[in-house]
Amino acid sequence: MRSLAPGPASLVKSQEGIVFLLALLAFLAFALFLPAFFSAGNLLTLVRSVSILGILALGMALVVVGRGIDVSMVATMVVSVSWAFALSRSGYPLEVALLIGAGFALLTGIIIGFAVAVGEVPPIFATLAAGSIIYGLGRTFFFTLEMQNVPPGEDWFALIGQGRILGIPVTVVAFAMLCFVAHILLSRTRFGWQLYAMGNNPEAAKITGVPFRPMVVAQYAISAFVAFGAGLILASSASAINARLYNSTFIYDILLVVVLGGIGLNGGHGKIRNVILGTMFVGILLNGMTIMNIPFTVQNLVKGVVLLFAIIIDSLVNPRDEQTSQQGDL
Amino acid sequence: MSKSLLIKLMAVAWVVFVPFAAQAQNKGLENPRSTAFHGELEGKNVVFLPLSMGFDLTEGWAAKMRQQAERLNYNFEIRDPAWSTDAGTRALQSLIGEKPDLIVAHNPDIQSYARLLARAQAEGIKVIQINLESNTQTDSYVGADWTEIGQQAALAVVDRCAEGKGVSSKVAIDTGVPTAASDVFQLDGIYRVLDQHPEIEVVSQQATEYNPEKARAIMETVLQQHPDLCGAIGIWDNQDTGTASAIQQAGKGDQVFLVTSGGGNMVGCENVSKGLFSLYISYNVPLQGDILNAEIARLLRSDADAGEMKAMYFNPLTLITKDDVNQRNCWTLEDLQ
Repeated sequence: MRSLAPGPASLVKSQEGIVFLLALLAFLAFALFLPAFFSAGNLLTLVRSVSILGILALGMALVVVGRGIDVSMVATMVVSVSWAFALSRSGYPLEVALLIGAGFALLTGIIIGFAVAVGEVPPIFATLAAGSIIYGLGRTFFFTLEMQNVPPGEDWFALIGQGRILGIPVTVVAFAMLCFVAHILLSRTRFGWQLYAMGNNPEAAKITGVPFRPMVVAQYAISAFVAFGAGLILASSASAINARLYNSTFIYDILLVVVLGGIGLNGGHGKIRNVILGTMFVGILLNGMTIMNIPFTVQNLVKGVVLLFAIIIDSLVNPRDEQTSQQGDL
Repeated sequence: MSKSLLIKLMAVAWVVFVPFAAQAQNKGLENPRSTAFHGELEGKNVVFLPLSMGFDLTEGWAAKMRQQAERLNYNFEIRDPAWSTDAGTRALQSLIGEKPDLIVAHNPDIQSYARLLARAQAEGIKVIQINLESNTQTDSYVGADWTEIGQQAALAVVDRCAEGKGVSSKVAIDTGVPTAASDVFQLDGIYRVLDQHPEIEVVSQQATEYNPEKARAIMETVLQQHPDLCGAIGIWDNQDTGTASAIQQAGKGDQVFLVTSGGGNMVGCENVSKGLFSLYISYNVPLQGDILNAEIARLLRSDADAGEMKAMYFNPLTLITKDDVNQRNCWTLEDLQ
């Protein structure tokens, strides 16, 4: 076990440490050179702007730790929430519509889980296919317009994404609470220990009595449900949701956070603090680049280079060997 | 012939022929142009290649085009590439092989379809471009003049934020994706006006990828940096719900003048009534649909070869503020279907 506060020498030896130093460096540079970067208001804005990304990354992290990946999260998120809005506009009470949306998200997660656990489809292919099926279903049967405004007359819904608790946006509070829950789940429960065992060595985990298939189904059900929750916050804070998000690079941003934070894609290791670190680093970069008014294409370039950098370090620090590499490994 | 017989004959003639004459009069005149108009288009093939179905603009135009196709008995088909330029290019290539009579193309950017559209015309397929142009001018273009929209938006903002008028002269611009006709031409329009007003300071120009949440995060950050922001220009109503949301949450709804543009869908209009958009420049999808239909009929009936005569029409814009949200300016998809 690494200690929580590694010394300066050990910092540069782990990817996590390097990303931490980079994040710190970026933070200090922005704080020094950008006026109003280091203000309470801007820092809250910074955290809030990446909270939704962070929440999705938490769901992704759970799956990745168990040696899976879920690239259908964005599809599940936009379709379940858009469908709920469409149902509500067609006459259902919003509460009922949201329950149906949540049920749909859970169901997709469970079906994906079955495909991976029982059908033994590599997770990347199962979720890639599931993503386009979910999106296709949504567009064909659930709603005609991709852009769904929050149904009118439901003021309570705005509180999810726009309210504040003791001056802190609900979005940020939700991210913090979910981090805590996920941390307890991973470090203090049997589910968490078994997840690490599965990620480290699936074959050994099966032999030693980990309920492998139910665990896999549970992982994808959780990530789908997290996606639904993130979608609610997203829709509430922007007063609308655009299903077209499925066609954007959002899913790669989620992976960027997970990998950047230091959760290896070959599974079996990584903690919630990695997700927080990755989220904050992306947040600092995005906020600083927006303040500096850097053009869109250059921002994408910076994000891409940073991701590549993190993946290279990941493969240097966590080298592949016979034990860790397997079919379906990314 | 006795006089009485003559009278009888005349009476019979009157009884027999007058009703026929009267009947002919009641039936009016056949208009050969009407018969031709309704018959000539039968069996023709029209294909619509949108950016993607599933949003207000394309659904609106498609509803209008479908109605006319049913009325005039020609075939109308949609090839939906679902936002993928690749899929769109492939669809266009296969259409060139299938040779429909007319393609209505909605360009993802000014470059991608340009050559293929020229090739389609060379193969004898007539091409109308709708609302988003490419570099190739084809048989017809129907849609907004993005330069004009940019100018109108910038003028409105200048009017509010010129020296001494607003809290400052700071303006933010939210674009969509940098390569679409709507972005490149609109930005040109905006800067044509702003260059005349050097006192206006553009403090932020960021791309939102049409994502309302990203637009919200950007505007939130901009407002942190520039709490005295006076105006904002957004490039599309669908994304600017998020921009407006950030402005409202910062409590600056009265301070920041937000101009956006869109097809005039009721969803956008609702946002004007709620005070989220200060000015909504509408390019009026139902009107565009009508003009599009007129162009389709004209081109299908015309003897000219594809690409021989190039026409274009920039449709008028409607400036919608809180006072002009009404049935005439705003529409729902159900209205059109």
